[in-house]
Amino acid sequence: MEKRVTFKGWLLPLCLLLPQVVITAVFFFYPAGQAIYQSLFIPDPFGLSMRFVGLGNFEYLLGDPYYRASFLTTAIFSGLVTVVSMGMALYLAVLADRLIKGSGTYRTLLIWPYAVAPAVAGVLWLFMFNTRVGVVSWYLGILGYDWNHVLNETEAMGLVVVASSWGRVSYNFLFFLAGLQAIPKSVIEAAAIDGAHFWTRFRTIVFPLLSPTTFFLLVVNIVYAFFETFGVIHTITSGGPQQATTILVYKVYSDGFVGQDLGSSAAQSVILLIVVGILTIVQFKFIERRVHY
Amino acid sequence: MATLKLDNVKKRFGQTEVIHGVSIDVKDGEFIVIVGPSGCGKSTLLRMVAGLEAVSSGEIQIDGTRVNDAEPMDRDIAMVFQNYALYPHMSVFDNMAYGLKIAKTPKLEIADRVGTAAKMLELEDYLTRKPRELSGGQRQRVAMGRAIVRKPAVFLFDEPLSNLDAKLRVQMRLEIKDLQRKLGITALYVTHDQVEAMTLADRMIVMNAGVADQIGAPLEVYENPQTEFVAGFIGSPATNFIPAETLGDRPAKVARVGVRPEHAVLADAGTGQIQGKLVYAEALGAETLLHLRLQSGEMFTIRQDGTVPVPADGTLTGVDWRQSREISFGSDGHRTPNESAA
Ligand SMILES: Nc1ncnc2c1ncn2[C@@H]1O[C@H](COP(=O)(O)OP(=O)(O)OP(=O)(O)O)[C@@H](O)[C@H]1O
Ligand SMILES: [Mg+2]
Repeated sequence: MEKRVTFKGWLLPLCLLLPQVVITAVFFFYPAGQAIYQSLFIPDPFGLSMRFVGLGNFEYLLGDPYYRASFLTTAIFSGLVTVVSMGMALYLAVLADRLIKGSGTYRTLLIWPYAVAPAVAGVLWLFMFNTRVGVVSWYLGILGYDWNHVLNETEAMGLVVVASSWGRVSYNFLFFLAGLQAIPKSVIEAAAIDGAHFWTRFRTIVFPLLSPTTFFLLVVNIVYAFFETFGVIHTITSGGPQQATTILVYKVYSDGFVGQDLGSSAAQSVILLIVVGILTIVQFKFIERRVHY
Repeated sequence: MATLKLDNVKKRFGQTEVIHGVSIDVKDGEFIVIVGPSGCGKSTLLRMVAGLEAVSSGEIQIDGTRVNDAEPMDRDIAMVFQNYALYPHMSVFDNMAYGLKIAKTPKLEIADRVGTAAKMLELEDYLTRKPRELSGGQRQRVAMGRAIVRKPAVFLFDEPLSNLDAKLRVQMRLEIKDLQRKLGITALYVTHDQVEAMTLADRMIVMNAGVADQIGAPLEVYENPQTEFVAGFIGSPATNFIPAETLGDRPAKVARVGVRPEHAVLADAGTGQIQGKLVYAEALGAETLLHLRLQSGEMFTIRQDGTVPVPADGTLTGVDWRQSREISFGSDGHRTPNESAA
């Protein structure tokens, strides 16, 4: 028995595939090809001609301490964003899961931040933490803490992490809640009868059963932290102070569009592409193997 | 092992009361089956004993101690769920060992107890498998094993066999009976299958819409149903009910008369207690079920030996039974004592 749907002609399948193929070609293959091509050249300062340098751009980048620092920054930043947004979401989802009445309202309210664009979220948080007029920094000042993310690198990192995680919490929350509600109630009850208190149940039953959801969110959130946080960083810190919040994506932008070093910028994009590719493979190969059931 | 006592236990969900006060004293080692139709509150009652559902009023005691407010883990009970509720990510061994590990039982003893239970349940070859790699009957046995290894005071079963096919159900029923004999467990067992109830129970509770209509040994309940509901629910095919006025010369307080299918026989037309027309006969081999339509329009079933000849469909015939076999009920559905013994 043939299980797959089979089409007789070739016209219909082609029509069905075409939109996807066109979109991928126009928005992915073409720019990626351009980036790879450009990464092999250095344009002259006026952008009138290009000189072929082979892998020179890459060689230079990998020897550049600023670029290597940006790697570390990205790792710290995405690690924190993933942990904060997923941890917070899981906590809220566990609370909501225990709630019977009013869980609908709670859920709806929690989804709102997701509808806010990252750049707008960045501006919101910037206002709150503005060193001169921000509400939060003003209260912190009263408490004797001098908040200044414009100068303090740790505070800058903290602020972009919180601003980037904030909107993600809702998204992760929805998945975690769905995951929690898919766990049969009787399994939890059986564990309770077997003697497991809340935390033991969570550790030995709930969390392992959630691992497919957690794994999925891990991939999605790391990719988010790598790419989509650009707006937040751009509005809040512009990569500063002293490049403390310049993640790889932001460096592509600042070197390419601000620094006008298109060759280096293109090379960075290619490296970023490779990094994400490797990350995805590593995640699927190694972490998924440890995902139970 | 232990005793269990329910004292006028009630359950309300919001404003609606679904258990209207159930009392029973379960002796040490006694196997109690709770039987009743869907939605009558069997699971709710069991879950209150387990501590998964709060008791609205009344008292539950295990071994003489009030446990109304105790957490499930502090009640020394084990429960087998209808869908087994195995931990899907754990091996059969870990499923059974889970409770012992939490109780910080020494490793050797865990291995020993799980091993013994696995042997008893013929699960030794499956200890490293995950639940999804087991058949329904094997999963059911793992669920039983998980309860057994903990040696709880009271076992609770919520329709543990209802997800199995008919043949496996019979086999598992025998195994449970066997286990109970070996271990002498105190148990509450919920089912809506009356064969399970009749065969497993030391005593059974027949529930009807949140009320324990009758509590007693299976045969006693069968012979002496206290309400019309019990008479109709226990026994298959069901008891026939005939309005008393169609029979004549019954005491005034008798409203309806129950006659078990095996107590009625065919008689010549015009004789016997009532008259009817044979609609169809089901020959089951060992026995034959005769379905008749009475003059009043109601159906009446006779169970007779498979060797007795069966008249053709549509035959008009009389139906007879010994009046002493009748079970008579008042207009409130409760039993009225038989007075006219024949
Ligand atoms: N959480 C609840 N909230 C409100 N009503 C409930 C709840 N749980 C059960 N009930 C009601 O209580 C009654 C008894 O339910 P229960 O599950 O105990 O029935 P049951 O005898 O186990 O039936 P079944 O044989 O179908 O399992 C039902 O009418 C049901 O609608
Ligand atoms: Mg039930």
